[in-house]
Amino acid sequence: MALVIPKESYSGKIYEVQIGSGGKSVTIGGANALPFLSFEGVFPHKPAVALEIMDIAPTDWPETVQKAVSGASANPVSWAKFCQEQGADLVALRLLGTHPDQQNKSADEAARVAADVAAAIDVPLVILGSGQAEKDSQVLQAAAAATRGKNCAIGKAVEENYKTVAAAAMANDHKLIAMSQLDVNLAKQLNILLSQMGFAKEKIIMDPMSSALGYGLEYTYSVMERIRQAALLQNDPMMQTPIVCDIGLNVWKVKETIAPDAEMPEWGGLADRALAWEVISASGMLTAGADMLIMRHPGAAAKTKELIADLM
Amino acid sequence: MIIIGEKISVIAKKVREALANRDPKPLQELAMAQAKAGAHFIDVSIGPAEENGPELMDWAVKVVHEVVHKPLCLDTTNVKAMEAGLKAHNNQWGAPLVNSTSNEPERFPMMELAGKYNAKIIALTLGKGSIPADAEDRCVIASEIMARGMEYGVPMENIFLDPLILQIATMQDQGRQAIRAIKMFQQLNDPPMQTVVGLSNISNGAPKHVRPVINRNFLSMLLYEGLSAAIIDPLDKDMMDTVKTVEMILGKTMYAHSYLEM
Repeated sequence: MALVIPKESYSGKIYEVQIGSGGKSVTIGGANALPFLSFEGVFPHKPAVALEIMDIAPTDWPETVQKAVSGASANPVSWAKFCQEQGADLVALRLLGTHPDQQNKSADEAARVAADVAAAIDVPLVILGSGQAEKDSQVLQAAAAATRGKNCAIGKAVEENYKTVAAAAMANDHKLIAMSQLDVNLAKQLNILLSQMGFAKEKIIMDPMSSALGYGLEYTYSVMERIRQAALLQNDPMMQTPIVCDIGLNVWKVKETIAPDAEMPEWGGLADRALAWEVISASGMLTAGADMLIMRHPGAAAKTKELIADLM
Repeated sequence: MIIIGEKISVIAKKVREALANRDPKPLQELAMAQAKAGAHFIDVSIGPAEENGPELMDWAVKVVHEVVHKPLCLDTTNVKAMEAGLKAHNNQWGAPLVNSTSNEPERFPMMELAGKYNAKIIALTLGKGSIPADAEDRCVIASEIMARGMEYGVPMENIFLDPLILQIATMQDQGRQAIRAIKMFQQLNDPPMQTVVGLSNISNGAPKHVRPVINRNFLSMLLYEGLSAAIIDPLDKDMMDTVKTVEMILGKTMYAHSYLEM
């Protein structure tokens, strides 16, 4: 008897979300099967890799990744151009300088940076707040208005500020990144609340609150798996948004990306080890269903893009 | 669960008049309201329609499809009218559902039509003579109907077995037998047979204020046993909340605080 490969049949499909415009625009989503199971469904778009930049110098970043961007990171515009030259599919601007515990920069100042960066690059722009929900609603409103027409992805809309952030995205024709706290039910709830206020669910990108290897990656993995099962097998329209994983944020906090050669000689050299750590974390998120990754090390991003090309 | 919206029924005075006067508006309003409320099929019941049956069904199918792009459940005992409905049905919105065949010889042509038009069909497990005594009786009848389906080229996945819901007020044990039948029907085939009920029959004859309570609780027990479809009123919010809640508890949909609003 001939071997018949068992195939799962799916009833759902991930929404296609376009970011940016023109030749360098990026579309993510569109899959109708679990990640990389190309014998079961179609995958019209590769997962996209964004490189992260900030509105302030990356003095908090570990040395390995700071060094990798040191020629350009003194100002956000040169840093953004550098990322584009490095082959990033998108640039993700994190407005960390607006955080009250950082430099507490004003919303207007942040908006100017966002507009300058958007004007300097051809690839699409992701605009992220500092993660302080209250301040982010002002900052993202201003940044969304300043980049109107650029079809950016702005975020993160969270439970505490989703109304203002979503309204800003809606008013300025941007896509929205909505983040919940590592919980499938809360992720669905936030998407329901956004749709109920009139924000099209087809314009949402879901951030399940991603993590890094050694920093709880397995929790994110399980949440993403469950989200994709609901989206594809149960055809749940609220779970069919593409997923973004903001991994650089956590990768560069784990010991394996920081500990110097002398401290942990058996772990191998720090430079290669740290880069590999970000690639491995990225690969885990890709197999769980990530449609977009936000990464920090240009070398790690390049390796991840190679991996994606090999898998597709 | 597949929801078959029951509101367009000849039993309702408004519908009966609309059918008699060929007034599309009441039918279209009911169809749109039910589709919006989550119905997957819209039942179009014209009764026996002994006069002008085919013409009436043709008209009703077309006016409903003008406003609702969902498959219809064609509900008549008139074979010629059924065929006219199947011809008029726009299969672009999904295959129609024939309501219904049974093990009574005068209903065999309905199965033949389902085969001819590649339609889905409701099969009442009712034979000649008396009503089925228990779940086992219903399974015997179901097997005969399934064999007839094969004869007429109706794939098993197109048949929805209906255990025949009887009124609990006078035949109390029949409610339990119907629940057992839903479980047993599924074992008659692999993949499992699909099942359907005309839910509100369970509470016929019971006082008005009791009926919805019986209906909802009965439905949740049937769903637990794996019921695939029900002919219900999708405009009944309490009923829809029961469906959503049971499906959520059974893990068929994912919980979110606002799950009832979905």
